[in-house]
Amino acid sequence: MSKITFAIGGVHPDDAKLSRNCAIEVLPLPQTMYVSMAQHLGAPAKPIVAVGDKVKTGQVIAEPGGFISAFVHSPASGTVKSIGPRKDLAGNPVTHIEIAVEGDEWVEGVDLSDTLVTEIPEERQAILDKIKACGVVGLGGATFPTHVKLNPAPGSVAECLILNGAECEPYLTSDFRIMLERTKEIVVGAAIMQKVLGGCRTVIGIEENKPEAIEAMRKAVAELPYKIEVLPLKKKYPQGGEKQLIQAVMHREVGSGGLPISVGAVVQNVATSLAVYEAVQKNKPLITNTLTVTGNCLPVEKQHNYLFRIGIPLSYIAEYAGGVPEGAAKLISGGPMMGRAIANLDAATVKGSSSILYLSEASTKRGQESLCIRCGRCTDACPMGLEPYLLNRLYKAGDVAALEANAAQDCIECGCCLYSCPAYIPLLDRVRQAKGMAMAAIRARAAAAKAAAEAKK
Amino acid sequence: MAYIVSPNPHIHAKVSTKSLMLDVIIALCPAVIVSFLFYGLGEIAIMAVSVASCVVLEWAITKYLMKKPATTGDLSAIVTGILLAMNLPPTCPLWVVFIGAVVAIAVAKMSFGGVGQNIWNPALVGRVFLLVSFPTFMTDWTVPAGFISNVDAFSGATLLGQVSILGALEADKLVSLQTLFYNIGGSAGEISALALLAGWVYLLVRKVIKPWITLSIFATVALVACIFHMADPASYTGPLFNLLTGGVILGACFMATDYVTSPMSNWGGVIYGIGIGFIVMMIRYFGSYPEGMSFAILLMNTAVPLINIKFHQRKYGRK
Amino acid sequence: MNQIVIWTIVILAGLGLLLAVVLYLVALKFKVEEDPRIEQIEKTLPGANCGGCGYAGCHAFADSAVKASDLSAHFCPVGGNEVMKKVSEILGYAMVEKAPQVAVVRCNGSCAVRPVVNIYDGEKSCRVKAALYSGDTGCPFGCLGCGDCVNACEFGALSMNPETGLPVLDESKCVACGKCVKACPKKLIELRPKGPRGMREAVLCRNEDKGPVAKKACANACIGCGICVKTCTHDAITLENNIAYIDPAKCKLCRECEAMCPTGAIHGVNFPKELDKAAVKERIAKRKEVSNE
Repeated sequence: MSKITFAIGGVHPDDAKLSRNCAIEVLPLPQTMYVSMAQHLGAPAKPIVAVGDKVKTGQVIAEPGGFISAFVHSPASGTVKSIGPRKDLAGNPVTHIEIAVEGDEWVEGVDLSDTLVTEIPEERQAILDKIKACGVVGLGGATFPTHVKLNPAPGSVAECLILNGAECEPYLTSDFRIMLERTKEIVVGAAIMQKVLGGCRTVIGIEENKPEAIEAMRKAVAELPYKIEVLPLKKKYPQGGEKQLIQAVMHREVGSGGLPISVGAVVQNVATSLAVYEAVQKNKPLITNTLTVTGNCLPVEKQHNYLFRIGIPLSYIAEYAGGVPEGAAKLISGGPMMGRAIANLDAATVKGSSSILYLSEASTKRGQESLCIRCGRCTDACPMGLEPYLLNRLYKAGDVAALEANAAQDCIECGCCLYSCPAYIPLLDRVRQAKGMAMAAIRARAAAAKAAAEAKK
Repeated sequence: MAYIVSPNPHIHAKVSTKSLMLDVIIALCPAVIVSFLFYGLGEIAIMAVSVASCVVLEWAITKYLMKKPATTGDLSAIVTGILLAMNLPPTCPLWVVFIGAVVAIAVAKMSFGGVGQNIWNPALVGRVFLLVSFPTFMTDWTVPAGFISNVDAFSGATLLGQVSILGALEADKLVSLQTLFYNIGGSAGEISALALLAGWVYLLVRKVIKPWITLSIFATVALVACIFHMADPASYTGPLFNLLTGGVILGACFMATDYVTSPMSNWGGVIYGIGIGFIVMMIRYFGSYPEGMSFAILLMNTAVPLINIKFHQRKYGRK
Repeated sequence: MNQIVIWTIVILAGLGLLLAVVLYLVALKFKVEEDPRIEQIEKTLPGANCGGCGYAGCHAFADSAVKASDLSAHFCPVGGNEVMKKVSEILGYAMVEKAPQVAVVRCNGSCAVRPVVNIYDGEKSCRVKAALYSGDTGCPFGCLGCGDCVNACEFGALSMNPETGLPVLDESKCVACGKCVKACPKKLIELRPKGPRGMREAVLCRNEDKGPVAKKACANACIGCGICVKTCTHDAITLENNIAYIDPAKCKLCRECEAMCPTGAIHGVNFPKELDKAAVKERIAKRKEVSNE
């Protein structure tokens, strides 16, 4: 039993990894694909193709729209049919490039073979350029552009690269499957990032409910010539949260509003590591990812882990896997704790898509909200040490100064408070709003201070 | 087909206000059963009247006065009813029990807005009201006939009451291993330390409560008693006597740990427990009442909002 | 005995006198000079402290109005022209008259015409809902129905109609303070001039989707067809982002656009007679014939 975990709060939902034994299958291409321009954190990408253009698989079709942004590539070969607004999974219009799929003809220079390439390029900047050119973003959920994260601001030193294989969300198994099936590629990817960061300590953290993955990873690390540790972690949600993982592995805490690099940490998901490997060693842009089709109202034989091309509509995947099951009341993209409810199944998959999760009404419908009995379960559960019951009260009173004093802005939106509330008070719904209010106040103050400083000059 | 959409999280722990209250009721069962065995039908009647009046009153007040959906479904009124009955002497007349229930539910709980809103533990407010209003009924410790014969029982005074009659030295000798199992005389719920502790352990195992409040009360009571007893054994009873007699165990395990009226943070709970332990010992040693657990808890209930302001959970990344 | 009584009275009286003098001196020393007009203005204001004027409350409004050089930036929407006339008299500034305004909820996608595609199960708040997704229907621009505007209104002028799922305005209570405008995350509510005898025309839709998409999501949606723009003889209607907008300053209340709108997105209120669409259409057709000749 591993005792390594984060120190504050946390909950223990049933891990329900129903699809853990389903090997990754390759999903065939549909006739039409829709590539979103906003599938990473930061500014949306700008399309550089026009309607009617012929594109090849892996060809750049959109370029970064800002410093924090990413390249987007065509997931198949075909013709650009339209460029315009299309509804994302929340139903809000986002610019998409529609591609009529005609085949799978790749651009030149991509190594499509399965051979493992273990020699890492010498030059650091060349590696970063490749990662950027291939549109790699963090696949753990936040989709932050990887080349930015791997290139810390001058003055800050990376002391530890943590590879996040915790997969603490119940149901999801895509990370687990790639850790089993693409083990060595992930390790090489980690070694590449280790090199970029100047050869710091590198740890792969895996929750111990995945012993097969821990074993496979240990074997791969032993066979390959890099200095990487495999660290089994205790099963506890949200172990995979960036701040929590840093606390578990390094016993350091990122200050409020700070970045992980401020305590010398860089956290990358194992799926990102795989994408980095493919980008750097194979020249292959990020146009595929792994996705789990699972749920508690889906028989195990109908559950799947798919390797999908980014841009395939969710509805196509659902249909291919046998349709939306009978008892499904809620469709979720991502895990049940932090995933987003799908309001529009026609939406296209994005780089960060990790699952289609079907939940039955009994397991997902919220109970009737009742009065707070001050049991303190939310306070015990919060991994940031916040007091959601208090924030709820302050939010209702509209007291922004008190919200800020009680650290509403530190909320990581993990959902532990609402998960554990016996009165079913929509704590996170309100705390998220409270966080927004506190952040706005902080930003307004910073802007005012900046303006004052400039006026002085 | 329309599907549900909501913000995360999409699953919920298998816990509700009702399930928590049910756990408390289950935890109280051993002590309740022991009290039935020793005090017989009279105690069963007190329990029935107390629980029934609490539930009916809460239902009526929510429905007719507050005009809101009834909250009796969360079982908190049943818990209040059981605790009130456990805090009354087994000879208490039923109409007095009813008045206690009215004060507990109508005054101490619903007038603040219902479950979760009250400042003081409702059952204790009911009990203290009765103690002040009907001292004769509330200090009549005659032992009624139970299902188990209790010839060796004291009657007329509780063990704590014996202190002023026999003196501390003699009273201390009354505590034996038997006191741990059953201790006739006193409020109905105080009868068996072991049954109460079994219920407390159940609550801990089920993670309904945390042990800090209870442990800090026990530790403070023992420590204060130790100091005074060592200084002057003739005037002050010892730690074992003070832990095992009266309402310390009932209060520490079930009354002080009431969610609503106890602090939110662990350290706050410890401070709260120390306060209760200290006040109860001061009342026992220097007060005019032989027992002061109810007063101690109510006084510290009053301090909870202050404790909550001062003691917070440790926050991530802020030292 | 007598002496004690006398001494007591003397000492108490002396103490009282002394303290009164001290108090007077202190008051003199720390006196805050405030323009007496501020208090005068504050008294004429409604005193609701609603913030509809853009200031923190009635006192802040009065304070700022006294310091200003004219009244162009100060208007109390609650008190209206009547109160502003008094304020301008106090200050001796020229009166800036404004047409009385009223809040208009620009969505008419009731439950009956807007098919529900999702069921919401979160905090009952438009803000929370809007941050999460586009809404329960196919229209990402329409009313979310959680009543944030109703909660924001301090005058009880808004209420939710459970049948349509849309907020209803009680015109007699609306003071056009603009709180609901700020509360609506979909920016559906607009302050529009009340119009002569309350008569006014407005496009009650904000759907920027293309016609067929909008129509599919809501039968009452503005589909951006532009018929109203062509119909209007007063140049009052503009079409932008697939959505028509009637400029209240130019609208002559002829109701021709309302009669011609194919989806019923244009609504007129407080007209004495019900709109006879057929008659208006005939009138337009005749006029066209004449102009063609």
